[in-house]
Amino acid sequence: MKKVFKPAVAAAAVSLALIAPQTFAADQFFPIPSYRVGAYGANGQAFYGGFIDYLNYVNLKEKGVNGVNLTWEECETEYNNAKGVECYERLKGKAKESAGPIHTMSTGISYALIDKSAQDKLPLAMMGYGRTDAVDGSVFPYAFPLVTTYQMQASAIVKFIKDKNGGNLAGKKIVYLYHDSAYGKEAIIAMEAEASLNKFTLVQIPVAHPGNEQNAQWLKIRQEKPDYVVFWGWGVMNQTALKAAQKVGFPRDKMIGSWWTGSEEDVIPAGDAAKGYMAATWNVAGKQVPVIADIEKVVYGAGKGNLQDKGKIGTVLYNRGVSAAVLSVEAIRKGQEKYGKGKPLNGEQMRWALENLNITEARLKQVGATDLLPEIKTSCDNHEGSGKVKIQQWDGAKWVPVSGWIEGNKALIHPLFQASAKQYAKEKGITPRDCSKEK
Amino acid sequence: MEFFFEVLIGGLLSGVMYALVALGFVLIYKASGVFNFAQGAMVYLAALSVVGIMEWGAPLWLAVILAFAIMTAFGIGTEKFVLRKLVNQPPIALFMATIGLTFFIEGLAPMIFGSDPRALDIGIVDEPIPYILDNWNMVISKFDLIAAGVAAVLVTVLALFFQYTRIGRALRAVADDHQAALSIGIPLQHIWAIVWGVAGFVALVAGMMWGARNGVQFALTFTALKALPVLILGGFTSVPGAIVGGLIIGASEKLAEIYIPPVMQDLFGGNFGGIEGWFPYVLALLFLLVRPEGLFGEKHIDRV
Repeated sequence: MKKVFKPAVAAAAVSLALIAPQTFAADQFFPIPSYRVGAYGANGQAFYGGFIDYLNYVNLKEKGVNGVNLTWEECETEYNNAKGVECYERLKGKAKESAGPIHTMSTGISYALIDKSAQDKLPLAMMGYGRTDAVDGSVFPYAFPLVTTYQMQASAIVKFIKDKNGGNLAGKKIVYLYHDSAYGKEAIIAMEAEASLNKFTLVQIPVAHPGNEQNAQWLKIRQEKPDYVVFWGWGVMNQTALKAAQKVGFPRDKMIGSWWTGSEEDVIPAGDAAKGYMAATWNVAGKQVPVIADIEKVVYGAGKGNLQDKGKIGTVLYNRGVSAAVLSVEAIRKGQEKYGKGKPLNGEQMRWALENLNITEARLKQVGATDLLPEIKTSCDNHEGSGKVKIQQWDGAKWVPVSGWIEGNKALIHPLFQASAKQYAKEKGITPRDCSKEK
Repeated sequence: MEFFFEVLIGGLLSGVMYALVALGFVLIYKASGVFNFAQGAMVYLAALSVVGIMEWGAPLWLAVILAFAIMTAFGIGTEKFVLRKLVNQPPIALFMATIGLTFFIEGLAPMIFGSDPRALDIGIVDEPIPYILDNWNMVISKFDLIAAGVAAVLVTVLALFFQYTRIGRALRAVADDHQAALSIGIPLQHIWAIVWGVAGFVALVAGMMWGARNGVQFALTFTALKALPVLILGGFTSVPGAIVGGLIIGASEKLAEIYIPPVMQDLFGGNFGGIEGWFPYVLALLFLLVRPEGLFGEKHIDRV
C-alpha cells in the first residue's frame, strides 16, 4: 500500500505545481460583504462583479501588486444590516494579517460597522455612501467616505443647475424628492444650505419606503410647479418616480438624481419615461474606458470573469465596482511604498495608505481608468479626497456624460461635517487626533 | 377643491391596484383559512415569468399564456407537495408553510428568469387623459382607469364564482372545516389545487399591472405590504371587500399624505411627510377595534 501511495502523492504534488498558474510572495486579503440576491441583488451583482474582475485582472496582468496576490472572500448580506454585521464578524478573523478596504455598498451596514471596524482597526471604505461626517478623519480614523458624499453631491447638482440658469438661482423653486430614510435625509442639510446661499425656494417631499407608490407626491409636485426636481431615490422608487413624472407631465430633463438613481437598472424598467433624465455619477458607463475593455479581454479571455451575464460589463455599476477596486489597489501600492514593496498591508497600514492617497489624472490614465474616478487626494482631515461628480443623461439607450467634473461647495459643506463629527466625538468620548501631526 | 378631487381620484385608482393584490390573499384564505404569506412572491413570479419568456423571443400573448401555465402548475405543485401533508393541521402550520414558499419562490424565480429589473410594455401608456386634463385640469391616468376596469371584471367574475358555482360553495365549506368537508365527500385536494391556480391567475394580472407601472423587479414582492391593510379593512373572506378596502385605503392614504404633514409641521416643526407607509396600518388598526372581522368579513361566533 505504502509503495503505491508515495509515488501517487509525489505525482499529485508535481501535477499541482505544474498547473499552478503563478506563484506569489504573499496574499493581500479583501473581506467582501457583498449582496447578489434579494431586492437589490441586481445592483450588487454588477458592482461586486466589477470589483472582483479588477482584482483578478491585477493578478493576471501584473502578477498582483508587486508580487502580492490579491485574494478575497465574499459573504452574502442581502443588503441587510444584521447580515452585514454577521458577515463582517465572520470575515474579520481572516483579515488580521492583511486587510483590503471593506466595501459594503450600503449606508445602513456602514453605520452598523463604523465603531466595530475602528475597534478592530480595519478600514471601512464608503465610496459615495455611508456616514458622511467621517470625512473628518480626526474623529473617524478608520472610516473613509471616499470620492464624494451625499452632501457634496447635492451641492454639485445645485451648481450644475445654477450654471444652466446663467449662474443665478434666485427666485427659482427646487423640489427635493427623497427616500424617507437616513440615506434620503443626509443631503437635506446641504440642500438647505444651498437654498439659503442661492436664494431659491426649497420644497422637501419625502417618499415612504419602498416608494412603489408616489401618486400623492407627484400631484403635489405638479401643484408646486418647481423649476427642477432633485431626486434622492433608491431601488423601485427610481422607476416609479420616472413613471409618475411622465404621468403628471413633469419634464424628465429637469429631474436630476443622486448616483444611487443613475444606473441602467434604474432607468430601463421605466422605458420611455426615463428618456432625458439626468443623474450624478463619478464614473462613466461604457467599454470605451481602456481598463474595462482590457478586463474583458484578459479576465474573461482567461475564463476567470466573475459575471455570468457578460452584458453587465461596461454598465454604470460594473464600472463603479471597477473604480472601487482601482482605488483600493492604488491604496495598496501607496501603502507598499511606505511599508515595503511586495509585502501585504495590515489594517493599520491600509488605513494610512487610504489617508495618504494621491491619485492624479496622469496616474488614472496610466492604469487605463480615465473617467472612472476624479483625482483623489486624501488626508487626515479630508477622508473624501475629491467631492466631484459628473452629470450624465439617459438618452433612451445609454448614459451620456453631459458635464465635466463638478465640485460641490466645499467651503459651505465641509464645515457641516466637522461640526457633526465634533458632536459625535463628544457623544462617544473620542479625543480627536491632531491632524497637523499626522503624516 | 380641484386639487382635492385630483388627489381623491388618484387615491381611489391606486387603491384598485392594491385591491388586485389583495384579491389573491382573499382567494386562498377563503379556501384554506390561511393567510398566504407567499402572495407577494407569486405576483413577482408571475410578472417575471412574462418578461423572462418574452426575452426568450415569445410575443406578449404567448408569454402571458405560458406564465398562466406556470402559475397553474405552481398551484397544483403547492397543493401536492406542500398542502396535502398539512390537511387538518392548525392554520399556523399552513401559514408557516407559505413563509417557506415565499423564500422558495424568491430564490427560484430569479434563478430561472434573471434578477435584473426590466420594463413590461403591455401597450397602455401611463399618461394623463388629455380631455380631462384640458377641461378640468386634473391628472387622471389612462393606465389606472384600465387597471380599475380589469379589477372590476375580476371581482365580478370571482364573486359570481364563489356565490353560484358548486366549486365556489365547496371552497367555502373547505375553509370552514377541512375534516368535515372531506367527510361529506368534497375533494379537498382538487379544491385547493383549483384555488391556488386561480390565485396564481390573479397574481399574474396584478403582476402585469404593477410590472407595467413600475417595472418587473424584486420589489413586486413588496406589493403585498400594500394589500395587508386592505384585507383588514375589507375582510379576509370577501372578494368585494378587497375592492372596497382598497378604495378606502388608497384614497385615505393619499389625502393623508397631502393634508396631514402641513398641519403637523405647523404644530411641531420639522418634516412629517412620507406618512403613507404607515398611515394605512394605523387606519386598519383603528378599524380593527370597531369591526374586527372587517367591513365584509364573516362574523365568527363560537358557542361557549
